[in-house]
Amino acid sequence: MHELSIAMSIVEMASEEAERRGARVNAVHLKLGVLSGVVPDALLSSYEIACDDTPLKGSRLLIEEIPIIIFCSRCDAQRALHSMQLFCCPDCGTPTGDVIQGRELEVVALELN
Amino acid sequence: MSPEPRLVEVRRNVLKQNDAIARTLRLRFRSAGVFVVSLVSSPGSGKTAFLEKTLTLFRSRHRVAALVGDLATENDAARLARSHAPVKQIITGTLCHLEAAMVDRAIDEARWNLNDLDFLFIENVGNLVCPSSYDLGEDLRAVLLSVTEGEDKPLKYPTIFNSADIAIITKSDLAAAVEFDERLTRRNIQAVRPGMQVFQLSAKTGAGVNEYLDFLTQRLSESRTAAAV
Repeated sequence: MHELSIAMSIVEMASEEAERRGARVNAVHLKLGVLSGVVPDALLSSYEIACDDTPLKGSRLLIEEIPIIIFCSRCDAQRALHSMQLFCCPDCGTPTGDVIQGRELEVVALELN
Repeated sequence: MSPEPRLVEVRRNVLKQNDAIARTLRLRFRSAGVFVVSLVSSPGSGKTAFLEKTLTLFRSRHRVAALVGDLATENDAARLARSHAPVKQIITGTLCHLEAAMVDRAIDEARWNLNDLDFLFIENVGNLVCPSSYDLGEDLRAVLLSVTEGEDKPLKYPTIFNSADIAIITKSDLAAAVEFDERLTRRNIQAVRPGMQVFQLSAKTGAGVNEYLDFLTQRLSESRTAAAV
């Protein structure tokens, strides 16, 4: 359960930005890769706890889950992975560990007012 | 009247701080010429026994040290001290993983001169989920699974297998007793991490350990050659 410490980092990051801009945070937009090792539901409940006693209390965390994209050298193309249990090209079946996308853990935007 | 909500783009990596410390550590390790290996696995897969064996066998050939993460006890450090290699325990309290800052601090507290080391081993807290997100500045991450754990472990924890560089199947002396299916396990590892190198060994009997140690020695010399260029 490392979601709480991640949620606290998110809150800290958003608080700094909001303070710098003299605004209040309504919502935090987060990109979360399927391979990031972070569970969205656990992060959402941790976020609520992390917001307690901070100016972010009552704000929302909006998670955009980012699917895994791999690069297939045989097709010479990027492909969306069907299953985390099988790292191979969905078109030609070539095994590949070349992950282009899916490890994101990034605050992309803040909704301020 | 409150102003209209507005959307402000920020783009900040949540683990930026950890990643920055890990990058600094990696540079320090590289310039000191020390090769750093981290071990991740579920609790009870034999990390400490395996590390004790590694330190004991390696000590005559290389200068080695180890950091061990544990939630509460110093038992692991006490066990590893039997190898007579320098060992430092990191007690994480309730934290389920090691972070780069903890590694950084422990190295300072241990007062090790990295220039005097060939290998530094970092044993993470027993956990197959949380450690996957945290870069520790290591050169090589090894994920361990024991023959008693079930062949489908890689499929259940693809993220940690995907974040690791090599896989080590431990407790191979028990393979027959638990009817361990090696082919299936290797197939499952390859499914989640194509091309991953796999070692199978027993820290108890020593079977297969030398192959792994030779691999590390090779990697150390490659890393130093690359740094010298």
